[in-house]
Amino acid sequence: MTDIIASNTELRKKLKKKSQVAEIWRRFRKNKTAMVGLFIFVFIMLVVIFADAIVPYSVSISQKISARFISPGQDGHLFGTDNFGRDIMARIVHGSRNSLLVGLGAVVCGIVIGGLLGSVAGFYGGTVDSVIVRTLDTVMCIPLMLLVLSIVAALGASLVNVLIAMMIANVPMYARIVRAAVLSVVGQDYIEAAKACGTSNFMIILRHVIPNAIGPIIVQATMAVGTMIINAAGISFLGMGIQPPTPEWGAMLNEAKSYMINYPYTVIFPGLAIGLTALSLNLMGDGLRDALDPKLKD
Amino acid sequence: MSRYIIRRVFLLIPMLLIVIFIVSFIMALTPSNPGILILGERADPAEIQKLNDELGYNDPFFVRYAKYVWNAAHGDLGKSWKNDNPVIVEILRRLPTTVTLAVGSILIGLVVGLPLGVISAVKQYSPLDIGGTVFAMILASFPAFWIGMMLIILFSLKLGLLPSFGIGSIRHFILPWVTTSCAFIASQLRMTRTSMLEAIRMDYIRTARAKGQRERIVIMRHALRNALLPVVTILGMDFGSMLGGTVTIETVFSLPGVGSLIIEAIRMKDIPVVVGATVTLATSYTLLMLLVDILYAFIDPRIKARYIKHS
Repeated sequence: MTDIIASNTELRKKLKKKSQVAEIWRRFRKNKTAMVGLFIFVFIMLVVIFADAIVPYSVSISQKISARFISPGQDGHLFGTDNFGRDIMARIVHGSRNSLLVGLGAVVCGIVIGGLLGSVAGFYGGTVDSVIVRTLDTVMCIPLMLLVLSIVAALGASLVNVLIAMMIANVPMYARIVRAAVLSVVGQDYIEAAKACGTSNFMIILRHVIPNAIGPIIVQATMAVGTMIINAAGISFLGMGIQPPTPEWGAMLNEAKSYMINYPYTVIFPGLAIGLTALSLNLMGDGLRDALDPKLKD
Repeated sequence: MSRYIIRRVFLLIPMLLIVIFIVSFIMALTPSNPGILILGERADPAEIQKLNDELGYNDPFFVRYAKYVWNAAHGDLGKSWKNDNPVIVEILRRLPTTVTLAVGSILIGLVVGLPLGVISAVKQYSPLDIGGTVFAMILASFPAFWIGMMLIILFSLKLGLLPSFGIGSIRHFILPWVTTSCAFIASQLRMTRTSMLEAIRMDYIRTARAKGQRERIVIMRHALRNALLPVVTILGMDFGSMLGGTVTIETVFSLPGVGSLIIEAIRMKDIPVVVGATVTLATSYTLLMLLVDILYAFIDPRIKARYIKHS
């Protein structure tokens, strides 16, 4: 008898979980701008995965001085060539890997570490809260770009070091966002009710606080990947990030900026690549927010 | 309340100590040699060694840190290794440019972003809302420095309307202001819309409407005031990130601000300037966040009650 009840509740749980995801997907699908974002993002991910099949890596770094500044569309160079005669499209295709790696890596690590700190601080309050908040606030009051720049200056300019620097710089921000989200939930009556029922703190955080606070966190994270891609591009643009000839969107802008007066397309295309990627993530994040928000249920 | 503020101001001291510690620690890991920097590559190694000793560069890290804090407390941030100018003078010379840039773009962002956010939320899913959100998305998605480059190509090179670099007049600031405010308009619009949408669905809004309150007052007094908390947070955070984040903008427009001072110093490994400027910006940011926290109390009486209880 008890077995039947147990399996029954398990089944019900499964059904509920599945229908919840399906429900979110149903609402997400209805949002046209979000779907546009999803399509662009899937397209970019395909480019990232099949970069080598689209154009060999060697094309993106092979220099040919006789082929400098070929206008877009000529001689089979869809986006033209740069000051070293390298194919800009090939460089954008292969640069996508570096840009997305830094963006995703920095955000995921930032969320895991920051989220842990933030939820603990927000939930427990009191001394734990002040210690965590004070420490993180201290790190946070060093502007993100400057923190990243000085860490990169100390570690040396490379892809991995930019990633590490952005991770470190990201933790306080997520801790703060997560803490704010948790704080807005923690005073609500249903948390009090759960406490009154004798639910353990850990279970309250897991079952009640996180599901109710996760909306803004997921939304923020999706959009933050875009922001981090932009920041990484900024670091490379200043010449402190990924070093040439490795293709990376920000580094391409840095190399091209001296030629932008006569050859604007050398700066237009890498910038569009950054912008489209960030835009797709932003559109998706926005759609997710509407889809995840139970208060917006229709 | 005033006790709370005084307590917070005193808490700034340990925070500053930690900031100086973090920045000096990171910079201590940076390979640099002031002797070579000042005397040149081909100088006598003994001379270099002597100068390094005089500058205290060979002292252990904690001794250097203690000395730096002691001097900083007396308003002395050391001297630049590159040109022997006091760091504080270098910073003060560059600060007005950065502040002008930041304040101008914040104002543009607030004036454009906040009302658009409120309208978007009130008229959710209307063409205006969708248009506004997409507009904000596009603004936020492109790197500010790239937008700056595009504006230079369009307004300076093609149309010849505005200067593309320097700080000669107010016209020199128009392109940098517009460029920097783009991301800020976007975040302000989005945040206002999100928190307004949440506030509008609250029971007290229904109550206010049920008692026949005018719609304008429902939105402005009941919804907006409750929605303002996250908006103010974003405002403070954006302003802070702007203080440091204008590095790329200053580079694009060749503005002699604190950001470009820091990036030049990082390239030259001129550590006193890097530490001094970063600490100055961090201090400004801390003061700003304190201001934000105090503003919370005026916006939300529940938080004020919490502050008073804790102090």
